Amino acid sequence: MRHEIRFSGFGGQGIILAAVILGRAAVMYDNKYAVQTQVYGPEARGGASMSAVIIDDEPILYPKVATPDIYVIMSQEGFEKYGIAATGEAQMLVDSTLVHSRPSCHYIEIPATREARESLGRDIVANIIMLGALVAATGIVSRSAIEKAILDSVPKGTEGLNVKAMTRGFELAEEAISR
Amino acid sequence: MTRTEFMQGNTACAEGALAAGCRFFGGYPITPSTEIAEHMALRLPKMGGVFIQMEDEIASIAAVIGASWTGAMAMTATSGPGFSLMMENIGYAVMTETPCVIVNVQRGGPSTGQPTLSAQGDMLQCRFGSHGDYSVIALSPASVQEMFDLTVEAFNLAERFRSPVFLMADEIIGHMRERVIIPDHVPSNQRKPYEPGSLPFRAGEDLVPGFPAFGKGYGVHVTGLTHDERGYPCATSPKLHEDLVKRLVGKVEGARGSITSCDILNPDAEVVFVSYGAPSRTVQQVLHDHPDDNIGHLRLKMVWPFAEMVLARFTNAEAFIVPEQNLGQIAREIERHTDKDVVTVPKLGGDLHTPGELYAIVENLK
Repeated sequence: MRHEIRFSGFGGQGIILAAVILGRAAVMYDNKYAVQTQVYGPEARGGASMSAVIIDDEPILYPKVATPDIYVIMSQEGFEKYGIAATGEAQMLVDSTLVHSRPSCHYIEIPATREARESLGRDIVANIIMLGALVAATGIVSRSAIEKAILDSVPKGTEGLNVKAMTRGFELAEEAISR
Repeated sequence: MTRTEFMQGNTACAEGALAAGCRFFGGYPITPSTEIAEHMALRLPKMGGVFIQMEDEIASIAAVIGASWTGAMAMTATSGPGFSLMMENIGYAVMTETPCVIVNVQRGGPSTGQPTLSAQGDMLQCRFGSHGDYSVIALSPASVQEMFDLTVEAFNLAERFRSPVFLMADEIIGHMRERVIIPDHVPSNQRKPYEPGSLPFRAGEDLVPGFPAFGKGYGVHVTGLTHDERGYPCATSPKLHEDLVKRLVGKVEGARGSITSCDILNPDAEVVFVSYGAPSRTVQQVLHDHPDDNIGHLRLKMVWPFAEMVLARFTNAEAFIVPEQNLGQIAREIERHTDKDVVTVPKLGGDLHTPGELYAIVENLK
């Protein structure tokens, strides 16, 4: 089954890294196929940044995302540019610290940037909180796969912080779903 | 050990070059090819190789040609504007029979155009962009795996034919990440060495002379002027010039039937897509989604020399549909070789053809 996941936020949040980690988890640890692409423009430095991942059990032919079924949105501008057209069937995780609008599709609010800052002391891990929440909410890859892919991808010395962020993402998504 | 990676196309190209034996990279960074230079800068010094960032692309290809004459497998990577600057020295590499690999991760042109967006607008430039009559080899990858595999193949062909070989990629394939399997060993073709007692530009039946690398004890004269078999300039003899140019063209064109590389699907189809590079992925999706329509697909992994004989493999073909990220560059070549309908499907601006767009053309032809 083909899943198309779109990430958007602002340059510097690690939107592209989040997509690379998700694709890596699927390919390297869940033995699936994945294609990761990104909008590759100067707007990535400060403006709305966008990256996409396709995950499938079968080899992926057409590599571009047409209609995402899962969105991870981490800024208001990112929502307006890349999330506002989400259809009713799609699922969206929004960083409720930074996204003020609410979509018309199914959505889960994750206060990722606030949690990163207040509980973990580092804004920079908000993307990892969102990745944890994404996996908890959708099961798109396994928990062990995303954890290993995160550990492969983060700087040495920050592994503990990032695993904490991922775990916090799982908790926040589970809380949001049970509400 | 063979390993699986989740890798970007440009990185896979650099890894393919290293696996093939490339130990010299001379280049000037340009979007969307820069990651190739970055990865080579990181990896080459640790493998005993040389990475040098030159002052521009003219100097880059010159450095690659010089490195190759010391016997090294050498490459550069660029995009449209840099490719244009390399054209004169590419002709020099052809004339001096210098093995080298030139990667062009194509972006929108003319001029600086669309630096971050995909195109296939340099397909005729790579064939005809330098002056004079000549022939070249050009490969076109449609996946991250092929960024690795076809880079290896490019080096092997460059060594075998003593010719520049182009990897004509596009931004979509260069920048996307996907699964790639990296083997422990890759097939390796080293250039045939010069045999003492022969002449440095005397070729046998395969039309390729042995290579007298600098530093191996040979005094060899290398020139872009028309030269005799000793390598000395002789720019006034009509026959010498004609024989030389015909040999340079013939060594590549004469081999086109045996070296060509393509995938053929549904050869009994009446409607046949011909593609190379990123649009191939859309065509593959169309065939996958409509298995009952019996749509044919010729996917060219080697675009130049154009092996027109593969078109005849589609015995029932009534129309060839050619989606390209240009205004119909290879469609023009196909038109030259067939009396069937050739439908060009141009796409400019950076977007990839969608499966719906291409299937609509099949339906219109029914």
